[in-house]
Amino acid sequence: MKTVLFIEDESALQKTFGDILKDEGYKMISALDGESGLRIAKTEKPDLILLDLILPKVHGFEVLKELKEDKETKDIPIIVLTNLEGMGDVEKALELGATTYLVKASYSLEEVMEKIKKTIGD
Amino acid sequence: MPRPVSYFSQKFLLCKPRREILTLLYNLRVSFRKSWRNYSTDKPSEFLFISWIRYDIILLMKSLKILKQLDIVSQCRKYGLSLWQCPQFLFLIMGIIIILTGLVAYAIGNRYVAEPEIVALIVIGITLILFIIAFTITNSFERLTEANRMKSEFISVVSHQLRTPLSNLSWAAELLMSGKLGKIEKKQTEYFKILKENSTRMGELVKDLLIVSRLETKTLSFTNKEFDLSEIVKKLIWEFTTFAKASNVDLKFKAPKKLSKVWADSFQIKLVIENLLDNSIRYIKDKGEVQMRLEQRGNKIYFEIKDNGVGIPKNDQKYIFQKFFRSENIMKYQTQGSGLGLYIAKSIIEKSGGKIGFISQEGKGSTFWFTLPITS
Repeated sequence: MKTVLFIEDESALQKTFGDILKDEGYKMISALDGESGLRIAKTEKPDLILLDLILPKVHGFEVLKELKEDKETKDIPIIVLTNLEGMGDVEKALELGATTYLVKASYSLEEVMEKIKKTIGD
Repeated sequence: MPRPVSYFSQKFLLCKPRREILTLLYNLRVSFRKSWRNYSTDKPSEFLFISWIRYDIILLMKSLKILKQLDIVSQCRKYGLSLWQCPQFLFLIMGIIIILTGLVAYAIGNRYVAEPEIVALIVIGITLILFIIAFTITNSFERLTEANRMKSEFISVVSHQLRTPLSNLSWAAELLMSGKLGKIEKKQTEYFKILKENSTRMGELVKDLLIVSRLETKTLSFTNKEFDLSEIVKKLIWEFTTFAKASNVDLKFKAPKKLSKVWADSFQIKLVIENLLDNSIRYIKDKGEVQMRLEQRGNKIYFEIKDNGVGIPKNDQKYIFQKFFRSENIMKYQTQGSGLGLYIAKSIIEKSGGKIGFISQEGKGSTFWFTLPITS
């Protein structure tokens, strides 16, 4: 069973994704802040990371940078899932090594799941 | 023949009630039109009379505009500032002080010309007062700028904060509706649908507010590159098929086979066409047709979207690109909408180096168009 690490401080979203990922046959691990997200990513080495950007303790960009600089985690695909859509945010995330950048408000749950499946494989 | 300026001016200024003023203007217009029809080269005096009336009206209208600008109290109220913080009022006070001090300095100078120290002291005192007023004015301008910046920031923060709970709500409703968490009854599906539709609606409004806020703070990013405009239109027609069918509207599109690519931000231009197409479908009453076409005009690509919808009343046409403006007849047919779509469309097209416009007739329909530069 493939594992998805969801680094997101919104517990409502954690619950929604927990249920849908389980239904699709994935195992989801939650991290509610950037610091624990980094720690879990390094110890668990998930198959995919879903990353929000506005996070407590360590900002999402910092998490992304550190994971992509670490030999152990640099190959894990990271989908940025955020509502941050300011000037240069998308470019910055992609430059740092994010696989995809999804703005939550512009996608349906089904579309997000399709992107996850496409990135991680069934 | 005496010049009629004074007669009309007096009559205009004396009759206070607005209705009387309007009636007078209407009568003037009627008499002008009648006289114009009767005008012939053998009646030069009549022609002169008409010219005078026109001249009089123009003068009066201009004076009214100036008078409106001099209504400082209401202008200050518009900014939500007290009189002593309002730049216009302070400028007026400064002007009055300058005039009065000029007169006083002249009178005192005449009397105490033997004692220049007194005159010098007065000048220093007056300069000090003017300096304080000028400082207060600058401060007020700063406050106004700050208030404007805070307004944009407020919209931006609120919109961002609203987006997250809206996504949560929308996705939770979607998950429930999918039936993956258990079987749901038909009646429950209807209510989940209401939840989903309304969160989407709120999401759209928040999205528009964020774009407006970014346009005003000049932080909306434009990544220009060359792209095929007809591809964008075709993609949107596909996306709008369900909505158009549900509204009994046929979508038609015509474009030449060979068309130069445009130079703009495809994402923002898609948003513009999306807004125009949505409006065209939304404001068709029962059933109708929306025709879109593309053509090359010199170094520009011309896009046109024509509908046979409710149209825009003539009186509303000059406001149609204004922020939050919604035409009165549109409110009769469709209460949903923020009045931001066309404002956003105009701002994006102008920032992309193009032009936007429309022609419309109430009850017959509207044709909106825009141009975009081609790749050089």
